[in-house]
Amino acid sequence: MTVMRTTKGPEFARIRGLGVFRGENVVPNDDIVGPIDSSDEWIRKMTGIATRVRANPETSVIDMAEAASRQALEKAGIDASDIDAIILSTITFPHITPGGAPILADRLGNTAAAFDISAACAGYCYAIGQADSLVRSGQARNVLVVGAEKMSDYIDPADRSISYLLGDAAGAVVIGASDTPAIGPTVWGSDGSGAHLVRQTASWFEYRDNPGTPFPTLFQEGPSVYKWASFKMAPVALEAIEAAGVTPDDIKAFIPHQANTRIIDQMVKQIGLPDHVAIARDIVDSGNTSAASIPLATERLLRDGDVASGDLALQIGFGAGLVYAAQVVVLP
Amino acid sequence: MALSEQEVLAGLAEIVAEETGIDTGDVQFDKSFTDDLDIDSLSMMTIVTLAEEKFDVRIPDEEVKNLVTVGDAVSYITTAQA
Repeated sequence: MTVMRTTKGPEFARIRGLGVFRGENVVPNDDIVGPIDSSDEWIRKMTGIATRVRANPETSVIDMAEAASRQALEKAGIDASDIDAIILSTITFPHITPGGAPILADRLGNTAAAFDISAACAGYCYAIGQADSLVRSGQARNVLVVGAEKMSDYIDPADRSISYLLGDAAGAVVIGASDTPAIGPTVWGSDGSGAHLVRQTASWFEYRDNPGTPFPTLFQEGPSVYKWASFKMAPVALEAIEAAGVTPDDIKAFIPHQANTRIIDQMVKQIGLPDHVAIARDIVDSGNTSAASIPLATERLLRDGDVASGDLALQIGFGAGLVYAAQVVVLP
Repeated sequence: MALSEQEVLAGLAEIVAEETGIDTGDVQFDKSFTDDLDIDSLSMMTIVTLAEEKFDVRIPDEEVKNLVTVGDAVSYITTAQA
């Protein structure tokens, strides 16, 4: 009897290189407080945000994804042709089909497997989990993971729930084989009972069929999201630490999705992280960039010298769905 | 065993004090969380979550807007415990 062949890959995978692109414009609170009848002081108190980065009108999700990807490839020291799969996490690519990933692949001169995932602010960690599995199964030598969002295309300047938090950016990493363990097990899940907590204001059909319906933008039940993220995500983070067989003392950096500094502070408290752990707070300058926020915050910690290549970081993404994913990784 | 309103008030005051730094003595039945104690919507959610844990009750998110005063919260918790 013929026995079918299957793939077998390396035992471990790691992040080989990281690249980022931040929207070209730094937008301070004072520039956006008018339509929401607010103040710089209120936004800083409620979110920690001082500025957010937003892209030029002509800059697309794919433009940002390409810039971050080229940097990640360069840092990893590999050619685009060595990438066997591309996972693009985005909720702001403006087409139902085709996905953005094949277009990104083509821009990079690559014909690898390429697909988008929709896991909102958890998308980067979702994609890292998938990339880790693809590499270790032997299905791909290297996987390009990209989180790219042009959130400003889906905001309402008068919305007081979420729009003022949002920024535009892309972050990319190359995941490839490793001689040592460098990506811990992904602890992930969903809670669709909270699907209404972060949502589009109207479906595309409601927008099409009901004249006068404003163009759909993003909305959130802020306090409910705060409660869920602050208190329900801490056990997930602890589970990721335990799954990786390490302890909180081994962690050098905590890199949560950059949703709100109040959430970050509460998570740190609930997890009980030791004082030596560097806490990512890129949100203060970049705003909430959804799937791009964790790679952006990682780049910032490395650039500022708060952590070094080889250090262990706990990263956790959480957001609309509700969905979440966490893992411990060795920083590139 | 269900706690008395005074016992719930004392427990709630401790939570409010820890979250906001407000003196426990200032957390009284007639005080408004927002107007008198200057507690914002996110701190309120923290207080609600800690109260749920402390008193072993569930306070749905949609109920929180009805908890205008400390007394509202105390009676909600006392009733939920009964």
